[in-house]
This record gives sequence, C-alpha cells and structure tokens, in this order.
Amino acid sequence: MKKFIEGKAYVLGNDIDTDQIIPAEHLVYSLSDPEEKKNYGKFALSGVPKNAAGLPDGSKSFIAEGKFESEYTIIVGGKNFGCGSSREHAPACLKIAGIQAIVASSYARIFYRNSVDGGFFIPFEIQDQLVNDTRTGDNLIIDVEKESLTNKTTGKSYKLNSLGEVIEIIRAGNIFEYARQSGLI
Amino acid sequence: MGMTITEKILAAHAGKDKVSPGETIWVDVDVLMTHDVCGPGTISIFKEQFGKNAKVFDREKVVIIPDHYIFTADKHANRNIDILREFVSEQDLPYYYDVGTENYKGVCHIALAQEGHNRPGEVLFGTDSHTCTSGAFGMFSTGIGNTDAAFILGTGKLWVKVPESMQFEFTGKFPDYIMAKDVILQVIGDIGVDGATYRTMEWTGEAIMNLPMEERMTLCNMAIEGGGKNAVIAADEVTFEYVKKRTNKPYNTYQSDQDAKYYFKKTYDASTMEPVVAKPHSPDNKALVKECSDIKIDRSYIGSCTGGKYTDFLAAAKLLNGKKVAVSTFIVPATTEVYNDLKNKTMDGKTLLNIFKDAGCEIGDASCAACLGGPKDTFGRTHGTEVVVSTTNRNFPGRMGSKQSEVYLASPYTAAASALTGRITDPREMLS
Ligand code: SF4
Repeated sequence: MKKFIEGKAYVLGNDIDTDQIIPAEHLVYSLSDPEEKKNYGKFALSGVPKNAAGLPDGSKSFIAEGKFESEYTIIVGGKNFGCGSSREHAPACLKIAGIQAIVASSYARIFYRNSVDGGFFIPFEIQDQLVNDTRTGDNLIIDVEKESLTNKTTGKSYKLNSLGEVIEIIRAGNIFEYARQSGLI
Repeated sequence: MGMTITEKILAAHAGKDKVSPGETIWVDVDVLMTHDVCGPGTISIFKEQFGKNAKVFDREKVVIIPDHYIFTADKHANRNIDILREFVSEQDLPYYYDVGTENYKGVCHIALAQEGHNRPGEVLFGTDSHTCTSGAFGMFSTGIGNTDAAFILGTGKLWVKVPESMQFEFTGKFPDYIMAKDVILQVIGDIGVDGATYRTMEWTGEAIMNLPMEERMTLCNMAIEGGGKNAVIAADEVTFEYVKKRTNKPYNTYQSDQDAKYYFKKTYDASTMEPVVAKPHSPDNKALVKECSDIKIDRSYIGSCTGGKYTDFLAAAKLLNGKKVAVSTFIVPATTEVYNDLKNKTMDGKTLLNIFKDAGCEIGDASCAACLGGPKDTFGRTHGTEVVVSTTNRNFPGRMGSKQSEVYLASPYTAAASALTGRITDPREMLS
C-alpha cells in the first residue's frame, strides 16, 4: 500500500452509475488480454454526459483523444458513486486509466466491494463538501495512513472517513492475499 | 433483542447463533450464479488465483446462465459464450443453460427461480446487481463482482457486513390496476436511489403477502435501484407451492422476530396507491402516470427480469387484446418458459402471443435484449432520441442504447396503455 497518493483531480457529481463509468456496449473486451484490456482505459467514463464531465466546468475529457490512460489520478465524486450494475469492469477500467483513489461522499455497495476486494484503488469516503470545493485539474495529495487529503492548489486540508476493517484487505492488496495472509485459504 | 430474517439467514450460514448489523462475518454460500458478461472475468481470476487445474468448491452449487449478449454477431460477445462452455465442460458443471440448445433459458434471475435454484433460507450470490430478485423467496441474495465470485468459486465463502434492515409494510389490498412495479417505483421515489444503501429492504403486510411469486420478484428486483444490498419477503404457502414444482431439495424457512430491530419502518395503505413512472434519467424520478399524460412516446418496451414475466405479459395482453398499438412495441419474454407460456396460454380463446402479434407488436427471443443497450444489433435497442416507456428497471442515460434517448420506467399496464395511445397513459383510462 502506498503511503501517499498524489495527482490531478477529476471531479464528478452524484449518482455516477456504472453505465456512465463504462457503457455496456464496451463490456465485451477481455480483461486478461493486455492489449484488449487497454480499451477499458480508452472508454473509461465515456458514458458521462458532457456537461457533467469534469466539474465544475464540464466538457473536460477524462481520456484525451487517442489515449488509453488519463492525466488524472484521483476522482472526486458526490454521493452514491458507482451505482447500477455489478460489473467489475467499472473499477477495473478506472484503474486501467490510471486512477489510484476515489474520494466520494458515499458509494454504491457493489462498486465499493469490487474496488476493495479486487485491489483496484482505494475508495475513500469524506463527510466534507470536497466535491464542491475542488476543480477538475487541482493538485491533490492523500496521506493514506493519516486518512487526510490536501488540495495543493487551494491549500485546504480535509479529514477522510476511516476505512475501518477493509483497510486490512487494502493493505494485503486484495481479498485473495488477505485470505492467504489470515490463513483462510 | 430479536433478529430479522436476513440476520437469521446470515447467522445460520456463519455458524453463529446471533449476528448484529455492522458486524463483518464469513458466510457459506449455497449458490453462486454467473452469466456471460461476468462469467469469463470470474473464471480468469479464479484460475489466476487458484491455479490452472483448480476445481470449483462444489459443482452442485454453481449455476451459469448466459443471457445478456447472446443473439448478436459481435465476436467478442460470442467469445464469452465459448469461454463459459469450455469451463463448464472442464469442471463438469451440471447447471449450465447453454444458448442455442434445448436447455437455454434466458434472463438469469427468472431462470434461477424457474429452475429451482431459489430456495428459502439459502444464501445466493450472483455476478449481477439484480441478484436481489431472489430475495422474494425468503432467502439472502445479492450481487457481487468478478473478484468476489472467483473467491467463492475457490472457497465457497465470502465476507459480508451484516446489513441493517428497512421494513416496508403494505396494509389492505392493492387496487387491481396497481402492479408490483408501481409499488417499487413509489418506494424508490420516496427513499431515493441511495435510500437503502448497504441495507436490506424487507417487504411485509397483507397486500404484499397476497402477491404471486412473480410480482414479489419484481418488488425485490429493484431493491438495488434504491441502493439496497438485498430484499427479502418471508416465505409462505405461495412460496412453498412455487418451489415445490421446481425442486425437491430441502430448505429452511425464517421469519423476522416481533422485537427485531429495524433502521426504518414505513407503513403504506395499499388501497391508496396510484400508477407511477420514473421519469428520465433516474429510477427515483417519480411522477404519477396521470401527471405525464402529455408526454408523447416513440416506443413501448415490455421485457426484462423486472417486467418480462408471465404475469407482466398477462397484464399487457388484457389491454392490447383486440387493439392496435400506436407506436413500435417490443415484447421480450425473460425466459423460454415465459415464451412458451405466451405460445400456450390463452385469453378469450387467443394465445397471448397472437394477441401481441395481432396488436402489431414485435416479439423478441428470451434474453436481456435492450434492457441494457448492448451491441448495436440488439433487439429493441435505442439508437437516437427515442422516448421509451419501458418495464425495465433502469433509465440511466444510455442504458437502453442511445445516450440521447429518454426512458420512462413503468408497469406493464402503463406500458401497454401507452403503446395504444402513443403518449404516457394511465391504465385506469382503459381498465374500467
Ligand atoms: S433483464 Fe436487464 S436488469 Fe435483468 S439481468 Fe438482464 S440486463 Fe440485467
């Protein structure tokens, strides 16, 4: 587990569902084939309506034309992030695009579980209105151990909610490593 | 302090006498279901983690039901089916409902029920968010991702955080123009799309217990649209009757204790319910159907695990019988059993299938079809700015294909009434 996660923020609103994260028509690529898998990066967040893509201004592409990875590292979201289908392609595509953490007010539970158990990135929750304070492109740094976030662009700092028991799975890397380390398998 | 049904089932599967909400426990899994979209990913993680020659934890407990992207020329989608076939033969799995064979069923959540895989008191996980549908059988069921499913394939276990329960009680009787779909849209409209996040939606009350199994399944199906982890309806005679016809495996039943603790309780008077829709682009964007009567539609879509069961088509047929639709109307039975019912069951001496054909509807093969958009050649998929009234469960932007199309979620009655007029229509205008 990294101690610090640093990079540019991509800001999204409430109820970002899995069809916006990865539209169903793209679910046909193999996640185990390295070349095909890249397509998930290319189409990550491609279902987000234009005006909601990269707040507060909107119309900010998450992935630049012709690219498979994003210039953004941390997604800042509102409530109920990742609602909708159980497709693990949703957290997977964000990781493939280069996302290392999401900081949202709340998550839909399957998306949250998938992110943790699959070891894709850390899904932090936050009480503060971070989503209203942050502009797409701001430079953020997360102190993972201290569970805090600083917006280097604005100079403001925030407390993140404690990860609770799932921190152990995150530390181990994924549910399999966790189960091995704790003697379950 | 007593326990809810959900707490009792989870406790029994964790080998404990008692569990409390918020507690993290490991449960033994009775059934793992996967389909063509998530099966291949699950299989590849399973092999990566447990080895190329690993065997699944219990052949009898794995159910694979291709249903999503099957009648398409898309080569990637077809490859998914090949991966499933290879895995099934290598592991010698008895419950595989292969497409293109006699054994094909269609939409997984309905096939699970019809093939006897839903049994009261059991724990069922599926790689599909609408796995909560099975809660209608008084069991614990919920959706998971590929990683969790692969973990179960290898170990037969999964960690669960015991959810708090929310109780929705409906007293009295539903008017005959009200369907389960109206009820769930009303409730989601009241609590919001994250109103039940991490929690159980438990349905009780005389009106609920008077519903047939298929209507109960509709109620539980959309718990996920309220963010719910699972939904549950206590098993009763109606459940036992249904299950008896489909399996003879033994099972246990559970009831919530009188003094069980709930996070939230709400009682509705069933007799005051009105037909509702969820307007674009969110399942909680509730409006009364009668308030939307000036909205013109281009299409009516009756299908999916939510609204493509026999009971749903029976309702639609009541309104379409002997009439002509005014807009393109798509009929998609959820499973082959439903399709056979359309072919065999009659109303006024005509089969339901003929009623739909004579009314000018287009009939699709049993599958998910356009419920989730899918490859470009999917039956009923939207491609432009269509306004659709649909019996499906999600109306997020692009869910049925085109991001520009607008989807109104509604009951089969409302979808059929609207098909006849070309605008969103309260079924009471026609049912009198
Ligand atoms: S019919 Fe729709 S909601 Fe049901 S399983 Fe298929 S895609 Fe999912």
